[in-house]
Amino acid sequence: MHQLKFDQKVCASCRSADCLLKCQYMTFSGHKEAHGEMMKIMKGRDSRVLTECMTCYACEEYCTRGNHPFYLISERREKKGMFTAPRPITNQWINMTQMQGKYLVGDVKDIALSCCYIPDLGALGTGEIFRDVASAGVFGAEFMCPAVHTHFARMSVIKERLPVVIENYRKLGVKEVICLHDECYGTLTSIASAYGMEVPFKPVYYLDYVLERMKELKEKIKPLNITVAYQRSCSNRLIPDKLPVVKKIFQLIGVKAPKRTYQDENALCCAEILRSISGYKLADDVVKRNIDDMLNVGAEYCVFNCPACQISLSEKVAKRGLKPVHIIDLCKMAIGEKERGTA
Amino acid sequence: MRDIRKSLVDIVGERGVSDAQEELWFYSRDPGVLAPHRPDYVVAPKTTEEVQKIVRLANREKIPVVPMGNGMSLAGLVIPLKGGIVMDMKRMNKILEVNSMARYVVVEGGTSQGALKAYLQEHHPTLRHSIPDAPPATTIAANVSLHGQGRLTNQYGFNSDMVTGLEVVLPTGKICLVGSPSIGPYWISKGPTLPDLSGLFLGWLGCTGIITKVGLKLYPNKKIRDAELFVTDRVDLIPHILYKLTHLEMLEDINVWFQPKPLMFLGNFHITIFFTGDTEEEIEFKRKMIWDALQEYMDSKDGGFMAIQYMKSVLLEMPGRNIADFADVPKGGGFEYSGPIAPIEHFPQYAAKLVELAAKYNVLYASAARLISGGHCMMFSISFAFNRNDPAMMERVEKALDEAMAFALDMGGIPWKPNFKEQKMTLEKMEPNARNLLLMIKKNLDPQGIMNPGNWEVNS
Ligand SMILES: Cc1cc2nc3c(=O)[nH]c(=O)nc-3n(C[C@H](O)[C@H](O)[C@H](O)COP(=O)(O)OP(=O)(O)OC[C@H]3O[C@@H](n4cnc5c(N)ncnc54)[C@H](O)[C@@H]3O)c2cc1C
Ligand code: SF4
Ligand code: SF4
Repeated sequence: MHQLKFDQKVCASCRSADCLLKCQYMTFSGHKEAHGEMMKIMKGRDSRVLTECMTCYACEEYCTRGNHPFYLISERREKKGMFTAPRPITNQWINMTQMQGKYLVGDVKDIALSCCYIPDLGALGTGEIFRDVASAGVFGAEFMCPAVHTHFARMSVIKERLPVVIENYRKLGVKEVICLHDECYGTLTSIASAYGMEVPFKPVYYLDYVLERMKELKEKIKPLNITVAYQRSCSNRLIPDKLPVVKKIFQLIGVKAPKRTYQDENALCCAEILRSISGYKLADDVVKRNIDDMLNVGAEYCVFNCPACQISLSEKVAKRGLKPVHIIDLCKMAIGEKERGTA
Repeated sequence: MRDIRKSLVDIVGERGVSDAQEELWFYSRDPGVLAPHRPDYVVAPKTTEEVQKIVRLANREKIPVVPMGNGMSLAGLVIPLKGGIVMDMKRMNKILEVNSMARYVVVEGGTSQGALKAYLQEHHPTLRHSIPDAPPATTIAANVSLHGQGRLTNQYGFNSDMVTGLEVVLPTGKICLVGSPSIGPYWISKGPTLPDLSGLFLGWLGCTGIITKVGLKLYPNKKIRDAELFVTDRVDLIPHILYKLTHLEMLEDINVWFQPKPLMFLGNFHITIFFTGDTEEEIEFKRKMIWDALQEYMDSKDGGFMAIQYMKSVLLEMPGRNIADFADVPKGGGFEYSGPIAPIEHFPQYAAKLVELAAKYNVLYASAARLISGGHCMMFSISFAFNRNDPAMMERVEKALDEAMAFALDMGGIPWKPNFKEQKMTLEKMEPNARNLLLMIKKNLDPQGIMNPGNWEVNS
């Protein structure tokens, strides 16, 4: 079984303890307390973090010293038999994402276009932007990144399933897998490396692919001249180096994303997992602050990068006058493939 | 027999009668597991007078008459067990009156749920009726004849409790008005404050007369409907959860369901909670009340709310279609359920029995319980899917259903839309004086025993 690579010495000597000090859902009196809690977790002792962590993934980004605090928290929780979300919800996710041999594989040669296990991704990965790869789609639990189980502190599921997913791709003989979901790219890069799993193909971040394609399609772009707010997903925290790609795409298609209080490192998640773990109070508060902030900067659109965030927030933003749209659809709007506001 | 056909043609016209083999084939069966039995004639009247004439003829000739709506009870209730005439009521489909201020509607005896729903949506959008999850072509009169339940049953009782008056053709051919319409023009009460004669017909499965008009209560149709889906893997908690939910006194409907397939449903019990409001504030207020009521189960990690945005439109469908999808899991599109009415505290025992029976008879199960009248009782559906092309599987389902009903009766439950075998089991269990009272009523109303014979057959 794969073991989490966690350098205890790095943590022991850490002067920032940013992982916990920056956490949006817990407060600590200062470095001493935060660092002390991290030490407890490392040593397998009880820590309030194990009961209070909302699984937002953000500490994976906050730790800049190469350790994986969130994966460690999840490991420790599982070892102690703890549940983050209610037990039936946790098990439902495990059951729902089981491999049952019901997958779809398109015309895959060197490249596969991963639609994970999310039907909406199939519709997004189409049109002129995906012209060369749309037919190479793969979909199903067999190709699903199991990262979602980190929310439920079930790292054992990830350790068991991720090697199978990687092997399934390998069997396709692909050289590259374009991941249409941050979670997949984050899994094949961050999680796989944290657990020392070899990935025998190149994971490609879909927004890198989209950016290149949009550059090629520059002639067709009609600047959208709109103001948007970007909804960062939890799994984007696993791949913070990819954050600038969004800004580059926005620039290319004439989209303004004014600076918000809750953006980048300080972004608020869609809150669906908070609702599941602790109830509506915290979730409603986060959603309200998030949408207020979007409106405060004059956004007309709320731009999503993750279909799960989109499902969770679309109705809520729409009720407050914002148009929900996936970033791929926004690009399709810029090249005239989709009508404005209909995404 | 020739004369009978001719007499029927004289009453309803050539197009309203058939004894063609292919049509009799259809009218001899329903979608459940019971064996078919062929009628001699199918007749489709258009007016109460035609119904009267047909019944008079049948009474004179001692021919069985089986009133039929859409034949979807799944319990074989319109299979003509003793042959005779199947009276297809679907041509009597008029919506006769809506009194919007008094919130009731009067419909003919073959009007379908779907027709009334569409009519109200178009002409009275602030009103609604209690729609069952049965297919939209099923009829209102049939539904109250079998004490059906619908979307408003948790709030207002069985659909038959919502009846506000009846017009019935008795087995002798006489017309009888029941409730306030027997006194004046208003269809406002099926019984109270008079002696409640509606009990002579409601729940009798067409064995005491043919309903030609039904008055039905209508209710406010709020602008917004919404749902939450709570899950737990602890069956012992279900009665307590339901108790807390019904205590809120503000929910439209509550359904509890569990099934082993697809895999995402395995091992959990799902409680769909429907609620309505005229404003977003009302909806959000109710949502918070629901979440607050069940917070303790979230804190203990024993239960939680599912994120249902992606399935909400399906959940909110009326009637809900997903029940029927279950029928096709083993392929061959069959399913039948028995639905005993039982106290909510017995949910865990019923659930265990269902799983036990499914394993014993090697059939696929599902269950969807509906709360009745704010939780006094529930309809616990014991459903099995089967392949219609697999007689052995159908036989196993039949046995499993028989055993389920025996269990329900032992548990003090009462059967809902019982098939003829379940009716017998029930009558055997019934206190003798109550049984004799039924016998007296049946004998007096239907001396020739022509109405849906084989059903509610009481022997002294
Ligand atoms: C997928 C599915 C879901 C269902 N969900 C529900 C549900 O949520 N709630 C519910 O209550 N039921 C439900 N049912 C069961 C059933 O379909 C309904 O109860 C429905 O109302 C039956 O109507 P019908 O017209 O098909 O009745 P039929 O089967 O035609 O008749 C039922 C009984 O009523 C008698 N009858 C018919 N018309 C008259 C009349 N005019 N006068 C006197 N007696 C008459 C018949 O003789 C028979 O005994 C469901 C069935 C299916 C297949
Ligand atoms: S996880 Fe990273 S930020 Fe946190 S204490 Fe360890 S090294 Fe420091
Ligand atoms: S995952 Fe989020 S909530 Fe949990 S400790 Fe890390 S930053 Fe805090």
